[in-house]
Amino acid sequence: MTITQVKPQRPWKATNREIGTTVGVLVASALISYLLVLLTGLKGKIGFIAGFILISTILQVAVGVRKFGRKALGDNVALSLIYVGASLVFLPVFSILYMAIKQGIGGLHASLFTETMFNASFLDPIDKGGLLHALVGTLYLISIAMIISVPMGILTALYLTEIKGPAAGFIQFIVQAMSGVPSVVAGLFIFTSVILITPVKTSGFTGALALAVLMIPTVTRTSQEVLLLVPHDLREAGLALGATQWKTVATIVVPAARNGLITATILGIARIAGETAPLIFTIGGADKLNLNPFKDYQSALPFYVWKGLTLGTPESLQRAWTGILILLTLVLSLFIAARSLGGKKMSK
Amino acid sequence: MTKNNSDNNYESQQGEPMNTASSSLADVSKQRASQKQPGSAPMGTGLEARGVHAWFGSHLALEDVSLDFAAGTVTALIGPSGCGKSTFIRTINRMHEFIPTAAMAGEVLLDGKDVYAPGTDVTKIRLQIGMVFQKPNPFPSMTIGENVLSGLKLAQLKVDNKEELLEECLVRAGLWNEVKDRLGAHAGGLSGGQQQRLCIARSLAVQPKVLLMDEPCSALDPGSTLRIEETISELSKSMTIIIVTHNMQQAARVSDYTAFFLSEGGPGRMIEVGPTTEIFTRPRDIKTENYVSGRFG
Amino acid sequence: MTLLENKSAATPAPREITTKPRVSDKIFRGVVTSFGMSALVILTLIGAFLAYRGYQTFHSQGWSFLTSYSWDKTTDENGNTVSSFGVGAMLIGTVLISIVAIVIGVPLSIAMALFLTFYAPARLKTLLVSIVDLMAAFPSVLFGLWGFFVLMPMANYWAKLIYKYLSWIPIFNAPQPFFERSPFIAGLVLAIMIIPIVTSVSREVFAQTPLDRIQAAYALGATKWGMIKAVVFPFGSSGVVGGAMLGLGRAFGETVAVYTVLNIVFAPNWHILFGSGGNIASLIILKWGEASGDETTALLAAGFILFVMTLLVNMFANFIVRQTLKSGK
Repeated sequence: MTITQVKPQRPWKATNREIGTTVGVLVASALISYLLVLLTGLKGKIGFIAGFILISTILQVAVGVRKFGRKALGDNVALSLIYVGASLVFLPVFSILYMAIKQGIGGLHASLFTETMFNASFLDPIDKGGLLHALVGTLYLISIAMIISVPMGILTALYLTEIKGPAAGFIQFIVQAMSGVPSVVAGLFIFTSVILITPVKTSGFTGALALAVLMIPTVTRTSQEVLLLVPHDLREAGLALGATQWKTVATIVVPAARNGLITATILGIARIAGETAPLIFTIGGADKLNLNPFKDYQSALPFYVWKGLTLGTPESLQRAWTGILILLTLVLSLFIAARSLGGKKMSK
Repeated sequence: MTKNNSDNNYESQQGEPMNTASSSLADVSKQRASQKQPGSAPMGTGLEARGVHAWFGSHLALEDVSLDFAAGTVTALIGPSGCGKSTFIRTINRMHEFIPTAAMAGEVLLDGKDVYAPGTDVTKIRLQIGMVFQKPNPFPSMTIGENVLSGLKLAQLKVDNKEELLEECLVRAGLWNEVKDRLGAHAGGLSGGQQQRLCIARSLAVQPKVLLMDEPCSALDPGSTLRIEETISELSKSMTIIIVTHNMQQAARVSDYTAFFLSEGGPGRMIEVGPTTEIFTRPRDIKTENYVSGRFG
Repeated sequence: MTLLENKSAATPAPREITTKPRVSDKIFRGVVTSFGMSALVILTLIGAFLAYRGYQTFHSQGWSFLTSYSWDKTTDENGNTVSSFGVGAMLIGTVLISIVAIVIGVPLSIAMALFLTFYAPARLKTLLVSIVDLMAAFPSVLFGLWGFFVLMPMANYWAKLIYKYLSWIPIFNAPQPFFERSPFIAGLVLAIMIIPIVTSVSREVFAQTPLDRIQAAYALGATKWGMIKAVVFPFGSSGVVGGAMLGLGRAFGETVAVYTVLNIVFAPNWHILFGSGGNIASLIILKWGEASGDETTALLAAGFILFVMTLLVNMFANFIVRQTLKSGK
């Protein structure tokens, strides 16, 4: 009827003046902290950060109280501290990424991916030898762990969501408890239960078993969440058509949750790809390429990094950084893949 | 008290003959008009909405609503579901902006000052314009007494005599006698109607000039509804009340003025406003007439 | 009258509803149920194997295994080896480091969770949440490397500062001014490692705060922080505690990162700034390579203790978190 010529506004949003004030506060705090670092005993980056936090909180509170009165004191202090807390958390993340890239990138070279440490020592400079054996090892570990954990994890999740037997609550509790098992313990467990007693000795396979112990709870929990998201109507539709429960689950529920289950798998892999501790007890750490995961010592990326780290020489540390950069790239790619598949569900 | 015995009154009124439903409503509101006594001086000079529009994202939900609420009056907002009544009152106390995609236009003037003016402290506005919600929402972690005074604590207001204020608010909300012996009990143990009256008492503690009520009785039984309507009548002597209601009889019982909202597939608009008696007996717009006579809604 | 009499007769008891499931369903249910029990089986096996292997040590060392501070094998004059293993110092270290981690990490996590739920701009929120979750995916050996090269020098400086001004408080004192690789630094690294999990749980709890209570607080004129204090914290406090305990469990079992930044010494050390300490997990990997015979068994016993500790903490934590989310107080 009437042509609306009125424009939607948001008068509650921060005005330019308010934004300007906030920026002013931040800049002033930075300057003052910088001066403090120069002139007083406060030293270094941390001194600057601590000073910045203190000054910016004071300034922010002063601005807020001037505008809205004493009542705004608590709100502004809280606002400042919360932003500070969040920044303090983000800082290490970026610092870690930065360090990994900065230190690791220097050691990258093509033969890294084609050679092993069979003919080189960790004390040699990085351009000698490579980590092919570690890559292959990690690949084996992931694959075998996956083959064991994914069916077990998904079946456990199915028990919890589809069958919901009388023990379901208890089993849920147990699964959560299992996800808290330290990685060291998982390694020790496989050592005592498999390596010591059975004919299966230290090998890639035993490492994979230890990793599976850690992976199963992750896969179970994520799969459970995903299966619960499948609308109940779908199950009822299948059952109403006269299908058995097994058919309904296999042909309707699981395919509907397929993306989520893949995400669960990927997240599980990301969890275990970087684990070091369980491998120390179970794979032995070889320097040469071992294509048989069921026999003889095996290496893996985290193990390679660990070895470089513990030896402590500049050359071995370089290997450690480069190895971790590669491992990090792997884990991050898995993570991003899981996120993009999981989509809306993941970002709560 | 507003006793409704005109349900069986089929006699026609003066003016155009209307059907049964609205004539009984008309009787009720006529009764109320005659019973309203001048109370103590009302607080503030009233509230005015000028050209209020409200958007959710790009969807215009409310279009060009202008209403003048005189101090000390009760105004009912009626109309079918989804026509923007709740959105409108949420623009008054600036609760609309909590929705991430919300936008508005126009002005809301409290004592002549726009509540959306730049540099306004929105928390102070909400102290002066209180709100009671459809579903009672007392704070479960606090006792009854703490609930009533929670507004003071949140606003960091100092009061000389807390117990006096506590009692006064509960008396005005019509809850004092039922809870005076158990002010230390948890709020969750009260019935729905009691919880709602507790929420009313809670809003009163910060001494607002305007009280917004968003279908306050729709989740309650008739007995509680009646008690709350009595409370509204009393409260209107010292503040301006705006009540959204689906219940036309309730509008007729409690309000001095009524505004009719309607959305015909597009944004909600205010169709007509006037003294309650007139809206229910001689509405000017045919759509109002159709609604109050029950032809739709 | 007959109608009335019939009406006053008792309502019939409900019929028992039965079905005879098809064979394929029976198999399906059987298979799924047995796999469902697998988690329980594995958990029990872990406990059983470690306890069985460690039994020897418990038998020979008795309770002093938990309290003794020494870890060595000596040969006496007859050529017999006498072993004395005790994880006492390591238990103290585990607790100390974990407490530092909690004290630093939990407030930061709560701040982060509040930020993500109530303060972050809507467009950035998904990205920021992903970044925090990303932290959980970092390999622990990366934290070890970074902690050693980046955090340690900085923390060293701060340790010196704290020692200078606060050493009158016993916990900040130190027998010698040796601050490299102290429980303080290990606790710092651990704090960063537990932030993702504590934040995630806290965020989940905060996000489920009932909206009607939040609106009630705002309608009364509360500021954002006032609303958080009045509504969010009472609702979510026990959930956050549960999250903190999950972080504690994680801190108990962290191995590689601690090993890298901590100077492992077999003496109890309550001074967090002093560069000596250890936790059970790092003890195990430190000694594993060269251990044999009863020392290996002792390490397995230590592993059993670690298992029990983390299991108890995690079970309790999960219980608390579920209670909060379920009750929707």
